[in-house]
Amino acid sequence: MQRLINRTPSRPLSIALSIIPFILILLAYQIGSDMRKAENEQDKLLPSFTEIASAIDRMALEPSKRSGEYLLWRDTQSSLSRLVKGVSIAAFIGLIVGVAAGAIPLIAAPLNPLITAVSLIPPLAILPVLFIVFGLGELSKIMLIVLGVSPFIVRDILQRTQELPREQIVKAQTLGGNSWQIILRVILPQILPRLIDAVRLSLGTAWLFLIAAEAIASTDGLGYRIFLVRRYMSMDIILPYVAWITLLAFATDWLLLQLSRFIYPWYHTEK
Amino acid sequence: MNNFIELTNISKHYGEKVVLERMATQVAKGEFVTLVGASGCGKSTFLKLLLGTEVASSGAITIEGQLIEKEPSSERGIVFQKYSVFPHLNVRQNVALGIEFERSVGLGRLFGAKRKDAIETANGWLEAVGLSASAELYPHELSGGMQQRLALAQALVKKPKILLLDEPFGALDPGIRKDMHELVLKLWQENQLTVFMVTHDLREGFHLGSRLWVFDKRRYDPHAPDRFGSTITFDLPLNAQDATKNQQDLEAISSELLAMHAT
Repeated sequence: MQRLINRTPSRPLSIALSIIPFILILLAYQIGSDMRKAENEQDKLLPSFTEIASAIDRMALEPSKRSGEYLLWRDTQSSLSRLVKGVSIAAFIGLIVGVAAGAIPLIAAPLNPLITAVSLIPPLAILPVLFIVFGLGELSKIMLIVLGVSPFIVRDILQRTQELPREQIVKAQTLGGNSWQIILRVILPQILPRLIDAVRLSLGTAWLFLIAAEAIASTDGLGYRIFLVRRYMSMDIILPYVAWITLLAFATDWLLLQLSRFIYPWYHTEK
Repeated sequence: MNNFIELTNISKHYGEKVVLERMATQVAKGEFVTLVGASGCGKSTFLKLLLGTEVASSGAITIEGQLIEKEPSSERGIVFQKYSVFPHLNVRQNVALGIEFERSVGLGRLFGAKRKDAIETANGWLEAVGLSASAELYPHELSGGMQQRLALAQALVKKPKILLLDEPFGALDPGIRKDMHELVLKLWQENQLTVFMVTHDLREGFHLGSRLWVFDKRRYDPHAPDRFGSTITFDLPLNAQDATKNQQDLEAISSELLAMHAT
């Protein structure tokens, strides 16, 4: 008998095993929903799959009676636009500050304590400040994502820059490179795939801040919708919205990985 | 010109720990100096002094009468045991990088005719180290030996006054190591290089060098092992013609080293 720690599932078995938990959850939901519906036809807590399907139909495929817009797509567009803007700005800040501080000790010395301090500020605690300073429009929501995510990216990129083998930096110097040339041709191109990694890791946090900002002050967006329909206990809308957000998060992550593999094949085979 | 490189009373210590002490010697242009000794004997530290990543605590190193720069420069080429090549550039770009640094100060990148010219030069060096067929590959697609060939070509593009090799073949298989020895000797002779090579392998040191330095401590205090540093305890001219003498010297030195570290 083989030891348990040495037994690995074959490929088809492993696929089957990975689907089972999802099926079990759906099944448990179905049973729970049926039980509650049997007691009370009007129960809203665990809507049946047909109710959820008709909610999806209403939100995604029919124009809203009030504004004539397809709400799900409108919400998705607003949210993604905020997310992309916020994360892009944060990634840009992270790249510039992280590489500068990672490559140049004289820049790291004053920045390091500051970055540590800033990263300890809970971004949600200064959300009111953002609303006061930037108003209730798009800018404050984007700034919340930037503030929430960029300290992580800065620190990650700083560390990745310092982790590049010292030998390479010495070698580049013996090839006659000056500081700027070495940053431009040796450090930066090697950090870019690592920046994609950092962005992928920070996406979950970015979603958190996006939904928080939308919940508090917004007129559209996925987070706004969820918090709006909560008042009517519309679980039939909330649940598909959550699933949709999860799917979007998964898709962004997967796309970034594919992009990184396509542009930087050397990075992925190196590991 | 016997004093191409001159060391005057070099010592290096980190706090209380003395690593190297009172090293004084000269090296002529075109010599191939191999540095051997037990691990921790300071041979790598000495190479770092030459390279400029460490600065001597006292004493001076001069090349052609000029004090060496206190940071790495294109005067001194280096091949490390690993991480010597850039993973994000293909073989040809790796070699061309040294030329691009020199001719494009702002961007470190050449375009058009200048780029063509740089590629031409790079191709020449790839030919010299036997990598012409792999010019388009990335380092992770190369074997360990090929990566070291690339690192050599990369360094030689800059025509350094001295070439430093830090256990360059330590991670290679014996068969490949033999090919690399031939290549290094060929490059050394063709380009009249002055080479310093650190190696673990005494035989390799004897086989390649025109001069062999053994690093060890002359004095040793068992109660304060860091009190005295290493220096060159044997400075042996090697003669490729006189194989028997070399063999005798090799045996003498290996038994000496063994005896010293047994006590």
